Parts: sequence; structure tokens; C-alpha cells
Amino acid sequence: MTPSDDLVCCPVCDTLHEIHGVEEGKRLRCVRCNTVIAVDRPEAIVRIVVLATTSLVLMFIVIFFPFLELRNGVFDSRASVFETAMTFNRGVMAPLAIAVTLFVIVLPVTRLVSFVWALGPLSFDRPPLPGAAFALRLAETLRPWAMAEIFMIGVAVALVKLGDLATLAMGPAFWSFAAIVFITALQDTQLSKYSIWTALDTASQR
Amino acid sequence: MDGTGHRIAALTAREAGLVGCRHCTRVSPIGTQTCPRCGGSLESRDRTSMQRVWAWWIVGLMAYIPANLYPMLLTRTVGQVTDATIVGGVIELAHHGAYGVAAIVFFASVIIPVGKFIAIAYLAVIVRRPHGHKPSQLLHLYEVVEWIGRWSMIDVFVVAILAALVQFNLLATINPGVAAVCFALSVVFTMLAAISFDSRRIWDQIRRTSDESPA
Ligand SMILES: [Zn+2]
Ligand SMILES: [Zn+2]
Repeated sequence: MTPSDDLVCCPVCDTLHEIHGVEEGKRLRCVRCNTVIAVDRPEAIVRIVVLATTSLVLMFIVIFFPFLELRNGVFDSRASVFETAMTFNRGVMAPLAIAVTLFVIVLPVTRLVSFVWALGPLSFDRPPLPGAAFALRLAETLRPWAMAEIFMIGVAVALVKLGDLATLAMGPAFWSFAAIVFITALQDTQLSKYSIWTALDTASQR
Repeated sequence: MDGTGHRIAALTAREAGLVGCRHCTRVSPIGTQTCPRCGGSLESRDRTSMQRVWAWWIVGLMAYIPANLYPMLLTRTVGQVTDATIVGGVIELAHHGAYGVAAIVFFASVIIPVGKFIAIAYLAVIVRRPHGHKPSQLLHLYEVVEWIGRWSMIDVFVVAILAALVQFNLLATINPGVAAVCFALSVVFTMLAAISFDSRRIWDQIRRTSDESPA
């Protein structure tokens, strides 16, 4: 069999499918494992770019503004994600600092920048930037390692643990965080490998 | 199936003499090394997949044992040092009456990691030989394992947040214990084990034993 543009394999189970366009608004699922292969939503690309840009702006607030404030009369303490990561940048606990920095700051930001880099020009009907394919692949690979939403649950648990010790208040970063988690979930539902790569292909040929 | 694609009688790319790209779904002639569309590396079946699964599984388990034995959190209040292990922290939360949060932490730090070790080993053993299990069920198991693994990080983040907040307090200081690092490593290693697993193998051994008639 010869490879062609219409021939598509399921990334999960390797079954071949022949696709001659997808009806608008329909999803095409793998016949064997039911994984969504193609989704025709022409506005999906623009939506992903808009959501990623919004998340990037919010990410700035998240990193540098406090997400928790602690008051017990004697002293005030507030923590931003940046401070949390920098607290143990020395000694045995350095791996913990690296883990927090990577999973909560570096990887989520890298993933968002990759999306904007790869798909941004497409939403303005422009040819893609060099390295767009690499950026898109990177964004997909980083998916499990961007853990902003998990950090947020951590904040909530920390809140309960410190409940007796002091009065706690959510900082502005907490709400930005909540927004990012919601946006990311929304963004991931827009994704279909086949559709995005086809869009990138079409744009490169312009 | 909705949409207009049609099926080529559940023929896999491998059987058709092709290799499919797992990044962008494009197919190429078998033997192609790099995908012409996205530049990802191509392999019809990841041959070293099982070795990597087991290697990450073992180091993950090796990190998980000290993570449970050593303290996760060191609290210093006026000359007194108390430490709490993962399970100790859960018990403490329950003592304070925060049963919901205690349940979340217990689930994320004990049930998920242990369940993951069992599930990954089960999948890795079962796909080696022809098996009579329903592939869709195995895939569901794999997807759950892959999706849920990252949530175990909750406790690590909690420790980091507590330590950052209570650092400069004169009355109490909270410091992360060795277990926090071990636990974080264990989560990363088991995530790598899950990612190394080649889901296409679930179907490879199936057809000889169970019929795979179209649904
Ligand atoms: Zn499939
Ligand atoms: Zn590819």
C-alpha cells in the first residue's frame, strides 16, 4: 500500500483509516479503539491560540503575585509560586525546587509558547514560522508534565493544613490559577492531531 | 461512526507495510526513520518499550519505599521537632476533622501510586503473550493509569507550599523531609514507565485468540 494524504493511522492502536474530509462539526473516531482522530472545527486553531495567549498573560500573574497570604497577628507571610520554588534552592532540597520550577512554571509556559509559535500565524492566515512542526510536537510531548492544576489542589490542601495556625487568604494569583486550569481544560478539548497537522500542512503550502 | 472516513477492515499500518506517525497520524513506507511531515521519529513497534517500562517501574518502586519510611514534613515549634510521614500526615488531617482533604491526600499518595505499580506490571505482562482480554478494557486501564499518575504530585506541592509559607515564622518552621524528594522522583519514574508503554501492543497479540468482529 502506498502512503497518501488521505491515509491516516490511529496513534493509539495503529489502525488505518481513509479520510476524505470530515463534515463540519463532526468527529471521526477510530473504528477499533474509539480514539478521536479528526474533528472538523475550522475555528479550533484560532481558539487554541487565543486561549494559549490568555493563559500566558495569567501565568505572569500566577508566578509573581502571591497565591496565599498568611496572617496570625504577629507576622504576615505570603507566598508566590516563584518564592515557593526559590525557598529551597540549596542543599538536599534542591531537587524539590527544580521539580516545582519545572512542573509549575517552566513546562506550562513552554507549552503555551509552543502553541502560539506553531499556530499563531495560522490564525492570521499567514505561513507558519520556522520550527512550527517542532514546536507543535513539543507542546504535545509536554502535555502530561505541565502540572499547574495539580499545584492548585496543593494550595487548597495546604490551606486546610494551616487552618488552625493562622488566618489564610487567597491571593490574586490563586484566581488566575483557577482561570488557567479552566482554560487549559477547554483548550485540550479542541485538539485533534490529524486536524491540527493538516491545517499546518495547508498553511505551509501557501 | 459518524463522519465520512471508512474503515479498511481493521488493517493496521504495520500489516499494510507502512509505519504510522504517533505525533501527527501520517503514514510512511515501513523502514522510514523520521516522519516527513512533523520530523518525529518513527517506529512501527517500539522494540525497547518493554525494557524501558520495566526499568522505570523498578526505579519508581525503589524510590517509593523510602518515600513512605522517611518523614515528609519536619515541623519545628519552640525547640520541638515533629516529623510526619505520608501516612502520618493523612492521619493528622483526619484528626483535625478534615476527612475530605485527608481522603484526597490518601488517594493521591497511597492508592494511586500502589494501583499504578500493579496496573503497569499487569499490562506489561499481559501483552507479551496472546491473551483473551478485551482490548478496549486494557486500553481504558492504560488511559486511566496514564492520566491519573500526575495527580500524585499533590502531596509534594503541599509540602513545598507549606515550607515556603511558614519559613520566616519565628514560632514555627516547616521543612520538607527526604521523603518529599523520593516521592517526587517515584511519581516521575512511574509516569515515564506509563509513557514508555506502547499502546499498539495491546492489539498485536489479540487477534489469534479472541475474535475481533466489527462492533
Ligand atoms: Zn485506534
Ligand atoms: Zn509525523
